[in-house]
Amino acid sequence: MKNAAAQGQFQRLTETGRARVSFTLDGQLRDALQGDTVMTAVLSQAWQLRVSEPKGDKRAGFCLMGACQDCWMLTESGERLRACTTFIVPGMRLLSQPEVPDER
Amino acid sequence: MSADLQPVIVGAGPAGIRAAETLVRHGLKPVVIDEAPRWGGQIYRQPPAIFQRTRQTLYGLDAKAAAAVLNTMTTLLPHINYRNDTLVWNAEGGQLDLLHQNQSSTQPYSHLILSTGATDRVLPFPGWTTPGVFTLGGAQVALKYQGCAIGSRVVFVGTGPLLYLIAYQYAKAGAKVVAVLDTATLLDQIAALPDLMVAPRLLARGMYYVAWLRAHGVPLHGGIQPLGAVGDDRVDAMRWRDSRGEHEITCDAIGFGHALRSETQLADILGCRFEFNVLQRAWLPVHDAAGRASVPGVYLAGDGAGIMGAQAAEWAGERAALALLADTDQASAPAQRARANKLEKALGRTQRFRRGLERAFPFPPTWAEQASDSLVVCRCEDVTAGDLRTSAAAMGTTDINRLKALTRVGMGRCQGRMCGVAACEILAQSSGQPLQAVGRLRGQAPVKPIPFAMTCTTSPTKPEAAR
Repeated sequence: MKNAAAQGQFQRLTETGRARVSFTLDGQLRDALQGDTVMTAVLSQAWQLRVSEPKGDKRAGFCLMGACQDCWMLTESGERLRACTTFIVPGMRLLSQPEVPDER
Repeated sequence: MSADLQPVIVGAGPAGIRAAETLVRHGLKPVVIDEAPRWGGQIYRQPPAIFQRTRQTLYGLDAKAAAAVLNTMTTLLPHINYRNDTLVWNAEGGQLDLLHQNQSSTQPYSHLILSTGATDRVLPFPGWTTPGVFTLGGAQVALKYQGCAIGSRVVFVGTGPLLYLIAYQYAKAGAKVVAVLDTATLLDQIAALPDLMVAPRLLARGMYYVAWLRAHGVPLHGGIQPLGAVGDDRVDAMRWRDSRGEHEITCDAIGFGHALRSETQLADILGCRFEFNVLQRAWLPVHDAAGRASVPGVYLAGDGAGIMGAQAAEWAGERAALALLADTDQASAPAQRARANKLEKALGRTQRFRRGLERAFPFPPTWAEQASDSLVVCRCEDVTAGDLRTSAAAMGTTDINRLKALTRVGMGRCQGRMCGVAACEILAQSSGQPLQAVGRLRGQAPVKPIPFAMTCTTSPTKPEAAR
């Protein structure tokens, strides 16, 4: 049974009065709060950040402290950013699925 | 201070901050390099400045200790060279390679204090790569740093003091904690009491968290074996087994960890000698009672040199700085020597408490035996326990670095931070070797991913004030 009330993976508990920041996730306009990491901005309204390279399974980060490297997201311009240590900036255009070919 | 003396501290948690304070007090101007945007380390991590919760709310029973450490750093800022948001990705020959906002630079040092901290020690269970499964430390970061819970129905699994602390912090902040599942038993905790008594305040704190959780109806289960997260693209439930049978509870997030592991890559790259620590089941950089590593001019302090906790990290940071001062003839007066002795005695007492914690929250001894061949061990490269066992048997290898070359375990972006502990346990179990016989994953530069597109700049010249 999924939680019907949940909007995304993360639940905001406090300090929700911060200013809004607009960004896009997979082309859709979304709102986050100033001071959110990219991870918080995305996971407060979605359940995945990326897909893993070997198998293509969905991932939503793991350690939140820059150690596991499992939250690297792509932007529409092909830039990579680590979602747990990067702050959301107005106008960011984030992708949670590989629209851009992996250049590794 | 003399022109050729340039102490550099890596890390700005309790150890790094106390080390910096001690050097400044004796007239030195250290460079303090911090991967985070604001000081405090993980334990006293500060949210972005726009957040407004009080330190009491953020750090709870640790608020006083947190405030003391954080305020100390505030007063130090004009007297140090604080480089925040900066990763040290390589170290050799008196020079660090740094990365700050996609710009690479170098930082020379004459003396180096490594206070690089720790991350969760991870023992995977089936489904641990499913979105919604995070580390215990990660769950704490979500709350402290972002005011979020990792889910709307959260299960915490694993063992260690952090398990109960985080469950308490979550429940207190209004999150729904549906179960706390501890692989240790109440008997383990009772057996540990004599050792834990040496730090009655820390012991009382741990007991308080457990009592609070019980009083507030949070279900606590001991002696469990995690069976796995249920769900494909999201977590739907957690399954476990205990003496009464198998159980499943609906949840949408899981936080897990089995105590902590030291972050030792930089000490490794610098060529510090390591020894196997039986208590921590880990290879750790060797240091003397003052924190001197085997490489001259390198000092180790805090959880990065073996897990000892925040209070001990403060002592170790100060002690290492005093050693640096004595080694460079900056300060070796009787007053400093007396202080150094006092710190070493306090650190010695912490060893006993640490032993007690290991008894209270023991490493699950049958973890590797119970890990099925299909269990994913390495989440970067999708390597399973079966892959490890098959390769090890086929090639007859008992060395973890050989197994890395064969299977890619530990070769992915995390550099073995998440999978290294588990991979070594699996190799030891499948090859019938004691854990220390399989060795340790060697640190490699860059210790974390650096962009291909980073800009390189020349070495910064020494600041005027340092002359």
